[in-house]
Amino acid sequence: MQDLNIEANTYNDSVVRQFSIMAVVWGVVGMLVGVIIAAQLVWPELNLGLPWTSFGRLRPLHTNAVIFAFGGCTLFATSYYVVQRTCQVKLFCGKLASFTFWGWQLVILAAAISLPLGYTQSKEYAELEWPIDILIAVVWVSYAIVFFGTIAKRKVKHIYVANWFFGAFILTVALLHIVNSAAIPSSFMKSYSAYAGVQDAMVQWWYGHNAVGFFLTAGFLGIMYYFVPKQANRPVYSYSLSIVHFWALIFTYMWAGPHHLHYTALPDWTQSLGMAFSLILLAPSWGGMINGMMTMSGAWHKLRTDPILRFMIVSLSFYGMSTFEGPMMAIKTVNSLSHYTDWTVGHVHSGALGWVGLVSMGALYYMVPRLFGQKQMHSMKAIEMHFWLATVGIVLYISSLWISGVMEGLMWRAINTDGTLTYTFVESVKAKHPYYIIRLLGGLLYLSGMIIMLWNVLKTATSGKAATATIPAVTAHA
Amino acid sequence: MDINTLRIMTTVASFIMFIGILVWVWRNRNTSDFKDAANLPFKEDER
Repeated sequence: MQDLNIEANTYNDSVVRQFSIMAVVWGVVGMLVGVIIAAQLVWPELNLGLPWTSFGRLRPLHTNAVIFAFGGCTLFATSYYVVQRTCQVKLFCGKLASFTFWGWQLVILAAAISLPLGYTQSKEYAELEWPIDILIAVVWVSYAIVFFGTIAKRKVKHIYVANWFFGAFILTVALLHIVNSAAIPSSFMKSYSAYAGVQDAMVQWWYGHNAVGFFLTAGFLGIMYYFVPKQANRPVYSYSLSIVHFWALIFTYMWAGPHHLHYTALPDWTQSLGMAFSLILLAPSWGGMINGMMTMSGAWHKLRTDPILRFMIVSLSFYGMSTFEGPMMAIKTVNSLSHYTDWTVGHVHSGALGWVGLVSMGALYYMVPRLFGQKQMHSMKAIEMHFWLATVGIVLYISSLWISGVMEGLMWRAINTDGTLTYTFVESVKAKHPYYIIRLLGGLLYLSGMIIMLWNVLKTATSGKAATATIPAVTAHA
Repeated sequence: MDINTLRIMTTVASFIMFIGILVWVWRNRNTSDFKDAANLPFKEDER
């Protein structure tokens, strides 16, 4: 029997454990679907001639699974872990926290069923139909209550910067989701957007780009600001820089969405505004990257021996790379070449596989042994191997899509002296074939690393047992 | 009031706020407050 008093003095880690395990499981599932559709692009017959397994239905399944299932579970797990430890209190309303876990798994399950069946709102990264959208909104508001409730009852004076990032991520995603999902249902699982024409497009990419900015950036910067200092065992390089780049990021990201709609019916001034703010965005993005990297100064030697730290630091390098590439691709003249090509897909994956993926894996490798009362992961060798499989996989993936993207962009715009197109569309598709094979290989390597991680996590979890972490009794007031 | 005036005011107010944050951070950069905050993740280890 557990003493009530002890129960009150421990962190609520059971919900963290649930989300951590499911993050890894969904990571494997989501990346597997990614590999399948990459293979379909090489060998189209792999869609099996069935509607449920066609590329158009599996692609949103892949993006939803990796972003919202793998990324989402990682964010829930890490934010619950971090907010308790940096506020030194137990999670607010444990029952509601438990509801966010089961509710989120239900959302994922509903997505996994409805997307292959062809139910979609046809909005990228917001495909799920209205009944699922309502469930997402309910879970998300509960998440906000749990998170901010914990902050409100904190026992320390300051709110640590990681919690600022997590808080911004939670608030903004609620706003984005509710505004962009506004729709008029016509039947169960069918609805029409509340917006029309170019307004609908702008609302969608205001949502889409801020999903990148707040779900895939702010949330994971929250992870970075806790786990990099912890793993490197030194405080963040500059706390001032963290505040400045936080606010710069918040004020800037909201305006960058129009760069997804260059040379469309969107008014020209809006396109230029989006481009200008995308260029400004380089500064706060690199502020975060530099802050994370410089935390290592004086401890660089640790990278030689610590594969978990290596995950985190290489992740920051990819963050720096893709946040340089992004503003560049938002320039209208560059965009006229890159848009609609594989370059965009490569760019997204340099951010998703490189930044989001690697920092999540690093954080999970940090948390899992501690959550299960172990000194370290079951196999450090396996982490090392995972690191190299993932890194080589990303490099193969993004470099092949750079080449095929620029190549197809150039082929599409090539014009003969008499003004006719030099290449037919299908010629550009044919030219991409070898690069699609290399991309598939990169994806396979990345997936195999993730499978090794799943084995390693399950081994660690089953050889240990759920650990209860005590909240420090006396808090020195800062 | 014209909605555009409101929009302009919000944008300008946000910009002034950001400049204010910059000044505030610069003036507090060496205070113990920031140092304590930066050390929060390590508080749990000092039992």
